[in-house]
Amino acid sequence: MTDLTADASASPRTASAPETGTPGIAALRRVPPPTPPGPLSNALVFGWRAILKFRHVPEQLFDLVMTPIMFTLLFTFVFGGALAGSTGDYLQYFLPGILVQTVVFNSVYSGMGLSTDFQKGLFDRFRTLPIWSLAPFAGLMVGDLLRHLIAGGIILGIGLILGYRPDAGLFGTLAAFAMLLTIGFGMGWVFIVLGLLVRTPMTVMTLGFTILFPVTFASNIMVDPATMPGWLRSFVEVNPVSLMTTSLRGLMSGTASLSQIGLALIAPVVLTLTLAPVVLWLYRLR
Amino acid sequence: MPNVENERTNLAIQARGLVRRYGDMTAVAGIDLDVRRGMIFAVLGPNGAGKTTLLRMLATLTSPDAGTATVMGHDIATAPEKVRFSIAMTGQFASLDEDLTGRENLVMLARLWGFRSGTARARADELLIAFELSAAARKQVKDYSGGMRRRLDIAASLIVTPGVLFLDEPTTGLDPSARQGVWRLIRQLAASGVTVLLTTQYLEEADQLADRIAVIDHGRKIAEGTSRELKAATGSGVLHVSLADSGQIEAAADLLSAHLGSVVQRSPEGAELSVLAGDAAATNAAVTALITEGFALTDFRMGAPSLDEVFFALTGTPDASAPDAETEKAKALA
Ligand SMILES: Nc1ncnc2c1ncn2[C@@H]1O[C@H](COP(=O)(O)OP(=O)(O)OP(=O)(O)O)[C@@H](O)[C@H]1O
Ligand SMILES: [Mg+2]
Repeated sequence: MTDLTADASASPRTASAPETGTPGIAALRRVPPPTPPGPLSNALVFGWRAILKFRHVPEQLFDLVMTPIMFTLLFTFVFGGALAGSTGDYLQYFLPGILVQTVVFNSVYSGMGLSTDFQKGLFDRFRTLPIWSLAPFAGLMVGDLLRHLIAGGIILGIGLILGYRPDAGLFGTLAAFAMLLTIGFGMGWVFIVLGLLVRTPMTVMTLGFTILFPVTFASNIMVDPATMPGWLRSFVEVNPVSLMTTSLRGLMSGTASLSQIGLALIAPVVLTLTLAPVVLWLYRLR
Repeated sequence: MPNVENERTNLAIQARGLVRRYGDMTAVAGIDLDVRRGMIFAVLGPNGAGKTTLLRMLATLTSPDAGTATVMGHDIATAPEKVRFSIAMTGQFASLDEDLTGRENLVMLARLWGFRSGTARARADELLIAFELSAAARKQVKDYSGGMRRRLDIAASLIVTPGVLFLDEPTTGLDPSARQGVWRLIRQLAASGVTVLLTTQYLEEADQLADRIAVIDHGRKIAEGTSRELKAATGSGVLHVSLADSGQIEAAADLLSAHLGSVVQRSPEGAELSVLAGDAAATNAAVTALITEGFALTDFRMGAPSLDEVFFALTGTPDASAPDAETEKAKALA
């Protein structure tokens, strides 16, 4: 390479006359950095962003709840009588399961959101800010949890209208929602990893549903596995989605055992412990 | 060495031997950079030259495989958080949340910086006024034009006044008037004391804006200086030759190249050749040779080289598809 100068003072810009036209920039105050905020404060800003998105893109709510609403109506009224004797009994069985399915499916959307943020370069903007480097992910999680709460609330509301009654009452329902958020948190990691690995949001969605459809259908969400062939039943019984569904049913009807709760928590805990470091590593790599 | 310490503190950016590889591909192959505070420094290079990679390393977004750099006195490898306090980066593609409004984007970033919501909103409004975006403040960014997006993207980098502002191809894709607007903005920012490191593929942009220009290609810096110096370094001028018969163009190009030792550039229309010509005697001999060899010239003249021609001379090709020619040239110039 060539260094052509000793003297850089003869620069073209300093010689040229000052610009006029937009006094705005010249008048702009110089602002020094404020005291850095804590991670919690950062995460809350990301949560606020998620709420703003609901306001500007209300359609996304439609995406989140339309499938579970359709499932609830179809399964309850079309298959319910045949599967459980009466539509009312079936709804009682099915509703906790569809809540699990809603949360699990919704984590795909956060992976898509992450992929979009990367594609748009928004993550780069966040990363050049002097904030806790995991704050954008924490923020994503906050947004996710909000989405899970909203979608779960809507599905539960529809269930109540249709005649679903949680026997465990308010306390059991709150415990069930805490379980749902834990499940959503655990599943979130899977799609954050996908979002980091896959370049286009559409691919994240396709891949996500390719994984999730078999896992949610081959579970006890819709039907009691007792009627399934043995090989399938042995899968369904250990399928984490079944374990989650069982515990949610237990929590909402007030019959949950500690072991049911413990089994349901295995997948979220394992996913968090294994995938959080993977996310960190992938993030540093990018 | 006198004033070493002084020199150091005067530099907004100092990079030594920065390298970044992606698999087998070396995106940045050892770049040194010294950027004094308060200047506009342009990194000029064609597609794939490594401009974005270089900027991302300096902005702590990508870690170098080798080499060191300090930005505003802080080491990018050992103190990236300190670097982030004193920089802002506007990426090659607008880094905004398309679903939010312009104002919400700015407020969100201000709050991430740590401003309370009242202060954050006030700063967002100041920036919107300064960047003439007040009218669109409450529109979603996805409805913005390219120029508005760019302005908002730059505004988003000024929530806290940065010591160094990195701008990756700030005017790519803008129409001429939007481009002029961004240029004006950049000049005003520099006048207010912000060091600007920008990348560009446009020679004109570097020529118009920058105090100093580094030309990079294939991950290497092949020249650096003011635009005047770069032009001067490539010789006293450029010889332009127009032929009556465009069928003779190859033969004429070979002859010119043999006499002047530089790569000959062909005009797209085909009948005109231009070649860097430093030495008057050799130039004279080349033109004489063309005439005695029977080429019919409709015109020949000497001109000062444009930065385009400088770039061509340095890289050996306008789109830099011949790495060997370019490294040879770089060696010759070094
Ligand atoms: N994340 C990446 N993974 C693999 N290769 C990469 C990556 N980023 C850049 N490269 C490669 O490194 C080289 C330099 O890329 P870079 O984006 O820095 O060039 P550039 O000068 O900014 O080009 P452009 O003008 O097109 O923006 C290119 O060949 C590119 O393909
Ligand atoms: Mg680039």
